[in-house]
Amino acid sequence: MHFCYIIATVANDPGWFDVERLPTLIAAVIAIAIILYTTYHRSSREKFRVREIPALKAVEEAIGRATEMARPLLYTPGWGGDIQRPTTIASLNMLAHVAEKTARYDCRLVFPTHDPVIMSVAQEVVKEAYIRAGYPDRFRQEDISYVSSSQFAYAAGVDGMISRLKPASIFLLGTFEAESLILAETGNSIGAIQIAGTDSTIQLSFFIVACDYTLIGEELFAASGYLSGDRSILASVRAQDILKVVIMFILVVATVWSTVSFVTNGSTEGWWTF
Amino acid sequence: MDRKIAVVVCFAFGVVMFAQYFSAHPLARSVNQTIADYWQIIFAFALIVGVVGFLSNNLQRVHKGQDRPFRLLALAGFVIMPVLAMIWGIKAGTPFLWVFENVQVPLQSTVFALLAFFVASASFRGFRARSVPAAILLSAALIILISRSFATGPLSDWLPGVAEWIRNNPSMAARRAILIGIGLGSLTTSLRVILGIERTWLGGGK
Repeated sequence: MHFCYIIATVANDPGWFDVERLPTLIAAVIAIAIILYTTYHRSSREKFRVREIPALKAVEEAIGRATEMARPLLYTPGWGGDIQRPTTIASLNMLAHVAEKTARYDCRLVFPTHDPVIMSVAQEVVKEAYIRAGYPDRFRQEDISYVSSSQFAYAAGVDGMISRLKPASIFLLGTFEAESLILAETGNSIGAIQIAGTDSTIQLSFFIVACDYTLIGEELFAASGYLSGDRSILASVRAQDILKVVIMFILVVATVWSTVSFVTNGSTEGWWTF
Repeated sequence: MDRKIAVVVCFAFGVVMFAQYFSAHPLARSVNQTIADYWQIIFAFALIVGVVGFLSNNLQRVHKGQDRPFRLLALAGFVIMPVLAMIWGIKAGTPFLWVFENVQVPLQSTVFALLAFFVASASFRGFRARSVPAAILLSAALIILISRSFATGPLSDWLPGVAEWIRNNPSMAARRAILIGIGLGSLTTSLRVILGIERTWLGGGK
């Protein structure tokens, strides 16, 4: 009854759709259609090659190194994001694969975070990964811990962990802000192998300089499919490439169009109008 | 079964949040606000879990003698601040605010200040001109650095213009390319989660 009331209210009110957001809706619908097609259409899911991503190839090496050195592996999603952020979800997806391997190799996994919700989800993700690997007894809940919601208290706390535990490998994957370089340089100072990735273009430059491997841009979002080899996830990664080609095509057309407009009219103002 | 419920709830809320974004209707706004309020409630409960975990973690390790001074200090801060706030309040002139302004703020500033040294050490490693791209990076960095310093005037008048061109053209082009990739990656990841294709965040499995 309540649902019918909502539908009736929406249908009778012409202001239910924000016309200013129509271009965004059209772009979103096109993007979603391409993603759904590549993910669910059988021929589209078959036979395509995913290029090698050095940072993801190094994941095994990083875990192996920590195991051989009998030192822990530290994984942190940064201070900037919460669980609603796709970057955090992508980071937790990758955490599951890392945790499965640390469980098999009996390597200690330490996961400090600034957000209690992320901590709860990460505990479940890691616990399930350890069960899946067949070693539930190796799971240590206390190693997936909440440090502080304050940015520099979190940075100081994780820095302290890095200095005292001396992890052999450090994964900095998620949303980072000013703490990125503090953590990366501390990790570098103890000689840890570091794999980093973030959605912040400013912090990316710090990671590129301070870390051994960096996932740039969409590579972080492709990590889960790359590591698991799941065809459905990889197919959606392929959709990203198709969308990039579409965007590039639009950019080239727009550039040519505005240039022609400039040459003929002497101005680029209103070049997209006929 | 419990995983299926989680996937269905995720799908329903994903679709609702997507749809409400394209509506200016008060109903859509109120749906958005209500979900945001519920999110705050979830966060508050999760914070209790986080704080309890923090306490038990530190107490256990103090008992085992692991990093005892650091953990005792963390526990002291955890106890002292709420006690001061409850007894004297948090207004100006209270002990709580004194500790905040004279202990917490300087400590945070100290950690932030470390960044200056780390930028220098990272730059020293990153700007070593071992290859052609590294040499280009070094040259661009030097131009930007000098254009921002007092030495610009005596050196040249055109340097700020070159620096501005570097920031607005090659640098911005690269940044936008990465941002487009991040946007598409976010979109596909969100869609994979909403449609239940990606279930790793639930512990994996089908």
